[in-house]
Amino acid sequence: MSRIQAFLFAGFTILLVVVAVWAFRKPWLPDLAADRAAIDARIYLTMTVTGIAFILTQVLLAVFIWRFRAREGQTAAYWHDNPRLEFTWTAVTAGVMTILVLGALRLWAQVYSPPPADALLVEVTGQQFAWNVRYPGPDGVLGRTDPRRITVDNPLGIDDQDPRSADDIFLVNQLYLPVGRPVRLRIRSKDVIHSFFLPNFRVKQDAVPGMTIDIWFTPTQTGTFELACAEHCGLGHYRMRGFVVVQTPEEFAETLASLPPWSGQ
Amino acid sequence: MHHGHEGNHEAPQSFLRRYIFSLDHKVIGIQYYLTALFMMLVAGLLAMLIRIQLAWPQAAQPWLHKILPGLYDPNGIMRPEYYPMLFTMHGTLMVFFVMSTAPVSGFGNFLIPLQIGARDMAFPFLNMMSYWTFFVGCLVMLASFFVAGGAAAAGWTAYPPLSALREAIPGSQWGQTLWIVGMVFFIASFTMGGLNFVTTILNLRTRGMSMFRLPLTIWAMFCVAVLGLLSFPALTAGAIMLLFDRHFGTSFFVPSGIVIADKLTSHQGGSPLLWQHLFWFLGHPEVYILMLPAMGFASDIISVFARKPIFSYRAMVYAILAISTLSFLVWGHHMFVSGMSPYLGMAFAIFTLLIAVPSAVKVFNWLATLWRAKIHFTTPMLFALGIVSLFISGGLSGIWLGQAPIDIQVHDTYFVVAHFHLIMAGAALFGVFAATYYWFPKMFGRMMNETLGKLHFWLTFVTYYLTFFPMHFLGLRGMMRRIYDPTQYDLFKPLQPINELISISAFVLGAAQLIFVFNFVWSIFRGKKADRNPWRANTLEWTTESPAPHGNWRGPLPVVYRGPYEYSVPGAVEDYIPQHVAPAEVKTVGTR
Repeated sequence: MSRIQAFLFAGFTILLVVVAVWAFRKPWLPDLAADRAAIDARIYLTMTVTGIAFILTQVLLAVFIWRFRAREGQTAAYWHDNPRLEFTWTAVTAGVMTILVLGALRLWAQVYSPPPADALLVEVTGQQFAWNVRYPGPDGVLGRTDPRRITVDNPLGIDDQDPRSADDIFLVNQLYLPVGRPVRLRIRSKDVIHSFFLPNFRVKQDAVPGMTIDIWFTPTQTGTFELACAEHCGLGHYRMRGFVVVQTPEEFAETLASLPPWSGQ
Repeated sequence: MHHGHEGNHEAPQSFLRRYIFSLDHKVIGIQYYLTALFMMLVAGLLAMLIRIQLAWPQAAQPWLHKILPGLYDPNGIMRPEYYPMLFTMHGTLMVFFVMSTAPVSGFGNFLIPLQIGARDMAFPFLNMMSYWTFFVGCLVMLASFFVAGGAAAAGWTAYPPLSALREAIPGSQWGQTLWIVGMVFFIASFTMGGLNFVTTILNLRTRGMSMFRLPLTIWAMFCVAVLGLLSFPALTAGAIMLLFDRHFGTSFFVPSGIVIADKLTSHQGGSPLLWQHLFWFLGHPEVYILMLPAMGFASDIISVFARKPIFSYRAMVYAILAISTLSFLVWGHHMFVSGMSPYLGMAFAIFTLLIAVPSAVKVFNWLATLWRAKIHFTTPMLFALGIVSLFISGGLSGIWLGQAPIDIQVHDTYFVVAHFHLIMAGAALFGVFAATYYWFPKMFGRMMNETLGKLHFWLTFVTYYLTFFPMHFLGLRGMMRRIYDPTQYDLFKPLQPINELISISAFVLGAAQLIFVFNFVWSIFRGKKADRNPWRANTLEWTTESPAPHGNWRGPLPVVYRGPYEYSVPGAVEDYIPQHVAPAEVKTVGTR
């Protein structure tokens, strides 16, 4: 009886390890389209480290279960500690964790570093269930908004008394970006919490009402990519979907020029 | 300390005092356990509906309209407003009303006096109060499905403003209010239980039962009770503040300038992040409230069926204490991309990777316990080994999530769903099963059927992996949690075969639990009669009759002479030396 159970458990565990290693090696991450290759590198490094730990511990579990199944006449060892062994595995684990966390902190600091001075400024404001995109226009400055001015026709409450508003460009669910130029996004929300998620760009940032959160990155591939909401925001959460269109600088300039300014809409 | 608990006082005779309003910790433990199992059934069915939806989001299933006409339109498509209620209530019920309740309030109440050598809990009346408070909490939660607007729908984390503004989502009407009320009842009950646990373990241990002779299950229960007492108040405060925001015009969590349904709200000055801090200050210790008891059960059960002392008992205790302490310092890893200061994120990343160290120590100690053991593959042992397996598989992805830059990609995706179902839900679920098969003879005086038990284990173990392991890959691709229809996104459309595989496994997993229910009920009446110590174990509960009588021991309380893990001691005739056997009475080979 214990032979069958030991065989099943050990066999299943080995199968799990083989299938897990095979499956994790497939390219699951969406094609990278921004300068965040370091996040992918960190994912693959962590996959390797935890993968080794996974293989080692699961295989040991399988081997011990098979090797030490109850048999006639056998007795268990009376063995209940080994300070050297325990110190070793605690120290090794702590060492690996230290190295991993130091690398992670470095990268984290890089991701949240101040944006370069030449970054393109775009404001993205979440609402149930759409993404409002606003470019500052030729003056490079976003005009004032005021929630009291919000109407169906003016979803951001743009203040038309503010001269800086006149040239702002306003779009819904469409974010045009030039390739190769850093972009600084001001993430906001006008109702509940949303999360601005670009799977291809390794970018995710919650949009929180009452807060303006700046993030930056540089698109590296042209094309159209999906923009998702990653924080449950209500009924239409699942279809709060937009697009990011990354263009060459020339195309991007043309697109911006073709869009009417706010005052003309 | 004992106030009339010395000696055997009469067991109450009336049915009502004996089984309903009982003061006996064993009856209360079983009441908790059975109520939690019922809630598991409800929450599990909600999960089945979620999985039908995710595998076939646009397929017409008229049969579902016939069964649940409210939930499905006449074409058999789920009404989208109900989907958020399903995952909100699945999470809430499972985390609090099932996985905190069955292991902690259920087995904790049942086992603490029996394993420390006490006649009952320190405060039996408080104990009864705690169960009935919990019961009211269950009724309130279940009632919320039937109120106008439906059950709460803002997720089990109930982030405001979605949960605070009544216009934000249909379930944010009475459903969300009842959710808060139900949680307050739950927390009140858990607090009463926690006070009882701590007092009982500190003050009512029998003679000789020093802290370092306690079974690891009791250490886990002790730490869980302390965690609950220290962390739940943050959520209580948060829940009351949320109630005020919703009904009395305060703005703890709602900032000014919010426009919802084209109307400007009158709230001003609140902070949505404040709720997240309060919630996760409870929420992360809560994860360990679910997991520590399972780790205790696994340690005790593995030692018994490996016929070996648990490897490095003291390291196990220190690991539990370290995990408990660190669990208060990691809550912000749920908030890396929430808009919280990135500097804070750094501190939380450090503590999160630090907590991996005591967790790894526990795994190594379990493995070392199996080294040169004599493993008997009973059903409780299989489930205990399952805990170890799932703890490894689910724990390692925590090292990914704790690294803040990786979390940017996988936060709020199915990667997280895979992680916490494997480690937290898996450990807790397998812990409940391991404990049930192991202590059933002490609870009901009969054994559960081993063949059915093994069948239940294998179906559960294999389908559990098949259900939750592939979710890692969905998450790496970017598929978000809590979406009604993943096929809205081109990026996720190719993932549908995986979603179908997951759903089919989940249905088998759900159906396999019927074997358990049948075995449980059948064994209560028809199971093989159990003697006092069917597993030849060392701890004190096995020194009294099965089931244990009122007052736990008919004679005087047992006296303890040694730790709980003396198996296969060289020179002893038997391969176990129970805690209560005096050194002079241990039969050794020489004295035979």
